[in-house]
Amino acid sequence: MPIKILIPTPLRPYAGKQAVLEVTGQTVGEALSDLVAQYPDLRKHLFSEEGKLRSFVNVYLNDEDIRYLSKDTTPVKETDTITIVPSVAGGR
Amino acid sequence: MAVKIPNTLFEQLRQHGEQTYPHECCGVLVGEFTDEAEKTVTSVVPCGNTRTDSLANRYHISPAELVKIQRDAMLAGCDIVGFYHSHPDHPAQWSETDLAEAHWTGCSYLITSVENGSAVLTHSFVLLGQEEEKHFEDEVIVQLSQK
Repeated sequence: MPIKILIPTPLRPYAGKQAVLEVTGQTVGEALSDLVAQYPDLRKHLFSEEGKLRSFVNVYLNDEDIRYLSKDTTPVKETDTITIVPSVAGGR
Repeated sequence: MAVKIPNTLFEQLRQHGEQTYPHECCGVLVGEFTDEAEKTVTSVVPCGNTRTDSLANRYHISPAELVKIQRDAMLAGCDIVGFYHSHPDHPAQWSETDLAEAHWTGCSYLITSVENGSAVLTHSFVLLGQEEEKHFEDEVIVQLSQK
């Protein structure tokens, strides 16, 4: 079942320079696993050495943060879109 | 390294810093990467600052807002090319916090100093390198006059 993933500009160099990719999986976790299987260079930009999503990486299923759903066990369906957005913050 | 931005959009992001003074403003720059060293801004999207605990010296853009902006930009054939924020009564230079919290490699980070409510200087810095050795480099802002 293909799921669409939107790739933010800073990660595209590690994703074949593509903005939109298709992956397969029944859950967000499986979809992300397929993504890094297809593009291994992405792994260290998304996951820590312990395999957890890096703290500044946000993953959304449609308009919902997966942290407030069922995290990586959140089920996905074909019409869903997963979006990856690194956080934006700072200050003087 | 250069970021091109129409005058009206440049003034818009500077005025945002005046409107939110003495708090930091923040927003997203949408446009296109002309080549590896240059980008052109075609729209500016003001965002809310979700750091309500420390509005005067911190900013944070809601990821949900970023998701929507990124999706809308891609539908329009554009991309997120950078971000802006203000430094109320503080120089238009990146801080250690700015660098630590910056994760969009290749994008521009524009900072406007706002002194006593008036926008003074705006500088741009491009984030380069991978997360472990990331750094900011100065970037030229090229203002484009209206056609």
